[in-house]
Amino acid sequence: MPVRISPLAALAIAAFATSSAVYAAERYGFGRPASEQEIKGWDIDVSPSGAGLPPGRGDVKQGEAIYAAKCAACHGLHGEGKPMPRLAGGLGTLRDKKPVKTVGSYWPYATTLFDYVRRAMPLDAPQSLTPDEVYAVSAYVLFLNGIVPADAALDADSLPKIRMPNRDGFVSAYRPSGAGAKP
Amino acid sequence: MIPRRPKATRPAVRPGPLDGGDRSLSRRGLIGAGAGAAAAAIVSRPALAEEGDNLPPSIPEWQLHPGDEVLSQPYGRPSKFEADVVRRFRHGSPPPASRLTSFSLTPLQDLCGIITPNGLHYERHHAGVPTIDPSEHRLIVHGLVERPLIFTMEDLTRFPSVSRVHFLECSGNTQNWRAPKPELTAQDTHGLLSCCEWTGVPLATVLAEAGVKPEAKWMLAEGGDAAAMTRSIPIEKALDDALLAYAQNGEGLRPEQGYPLRLLLPGYEGNTNVKWLRRLKLGPEPFETREETSKYTMLMPDGVASQFNFVMQAKSVITFPSGGQKLGAPGFYEISGLAWSGSGKVARVEVSTDGGASWRDAALQAPVMSKCLTRFRFPWRWDGGEARLASRATDETGYVQPTREAILKVRDARSYYHYNGIQNWSVAAGGVVTNAG
Repeated sequence: MPVRISPLAALAIAAFATSSAVYAAERYGFGRPASEQEIKGWDIDVSPSGAGLPPGRGDVKQGEAIYAAKCAACHGLHGEGKPMPRLAGGLGTLRDKKPVKTVGSYWPYATTLFDYVRRAMPLDAPQSLTPDEVYAVSAYVLFLNGIVPADAALDADSLPKIRMPNRDGFVSAYRPSGAGAKP
Repeated sequence: MIPRRPKATRPAVRPGPLDGGDRSLSRRGLIGAGAGAAAAAIVSRPALAEEGDNLPPSIPEWQLHPGDEVLSQPYGRPSKFEADVVRRFRHGSPPPASRLTSFSLTPLQDLCGIITPNGLHYERHHAGVPTIDPSEHRLIVHGLVERPLIFTMEDLTRFPSVSRVHFLECSGNTQNWRAPKPELTAQDTHGLLSCCEWTGVPLATVLAEAGVKPEAKWMLAEGGDAAAMTRSIPIEKALDDALLAYAQNGEGLRPEQGYPLRLLLPGYEGNTNVKWLRRLKLGPEPFETREETSKYTMLMPDGVASQFNFVMQAKSVITFPSGGQKLGAPGFYEISGLAWSGSGKVARVEVSTDGGASWRDAALQAPVMSKCLTRFRFPWRWDGGEARLASRATDETGYVQPTREAILKVRDARSYYHYNGIQNWSVAAGGVVTNAG
């Protein structure tokens, strides 16, 4: 049996089709192609796969010096925090009444550390560190957490291979249907 | 809300033998030549001088000379008598380690209707508020797209635009996990909440211009501030009701709200609505940024963290009477408040005046809009005794705002974010209102 559509419904469908044609399908030609150079200057994110990591290299010893000069005033000489967030320690405290969430105890990916330091630190001079310096500071913060040894050096190859202690500590609540936090 | 703020009570007008017919004469004497018998009479009656002499039958002082000229303020400001309706830090919390990475709260208890004035929208910045010249602002769209594009503000404002009214709420709003601090106001407990009319271009329109590749499942949104703050957004949301907003409440975005361009994701937690938006990168997976791993994740009692909790669930708060306010004489009061849901429209708000023993429906102010604050009102006759006021929102999906106890059965202060429990205010005999959590 054929589906019958009332004249009113047909009108509504036609109107909807018209509006979606205007507002979704049409291209306007605004904007211009972004050049590789333009994108490269701003494309600073680093994924867990290591995609986005720049060439360069830095070790714990170099990182210690940079950290002492540019990070320790806010995060403490050994990452103990105050006034800004604590960076080291707290391993095994996530079930405690007062968990200590640090890079070592909580962060699931070492690439996130690199990404964040590169884009946002130090607070008074963001995006001022060279890739070598970001590798070095990342190495030192991971060393403070006992995740890499004192002689470790990091680069685009080794950083994504570091397995963080809380790597499996996250579960995504996102469902494409849009379901949110519960309760 | 002039009468609702708990200020020192104004001294009552004291009727007296000289307080009638000659009152206006006395004042005119003072304004005129100064000295003289009339002024002496004022000095001898300090209470009257202190009160001012602007009440009937006197002619108010402000009617006796012209007021401020047109354009005395090219951009108008609130009355000086509203000077304490301002954003501020949270009472009872330690001062922020840095004002560059802090937040300020909207004075919900002093506002009417559903729109937050632009200067009172709550703030949350991660490295201060940048000063961006719109002529030099650019948005780059790249990654898994057919055509990587770069847009000027002029380009973006040429697209077909829409205006929609939506709330924004920080998912760290309301920290009622522990025993309530009685002195907190609605600004303290719920002030990381605001609501504006946002104007911009649907993000879907701009993404269509670049051509989304089928393997693109997530979108990185990056701010142009000194934190270059980033969040990963599901592509479904980006193509659904997301806006690239350049105006709020009829004017360009305020710098604190992302001037000249921000992402607006209706119903999603505030942090995802990236301000000073400079870059959108489409990818196959979440980018696992600092904000969506070490922050804005909910640590559950079993030590596992719940990630990508985007939607702000149904919630409500009574803004009058609320903490810090004081009722006057017993009798009629209109209980009023705000309800909202990141899942759609508010379907129902119930109010209890007896601590949740009984509930009755409140009236909802039209229009009730999706993912928008809804003003509710409830007539109440206060008998002058103790009362406990609470509101409970239900949204159009049937979701009912939970009690604090129900939330605490599932998670606690360690999860920090997305607290949406029923808010209670205690009214003491005599009318003082305090936070009851």
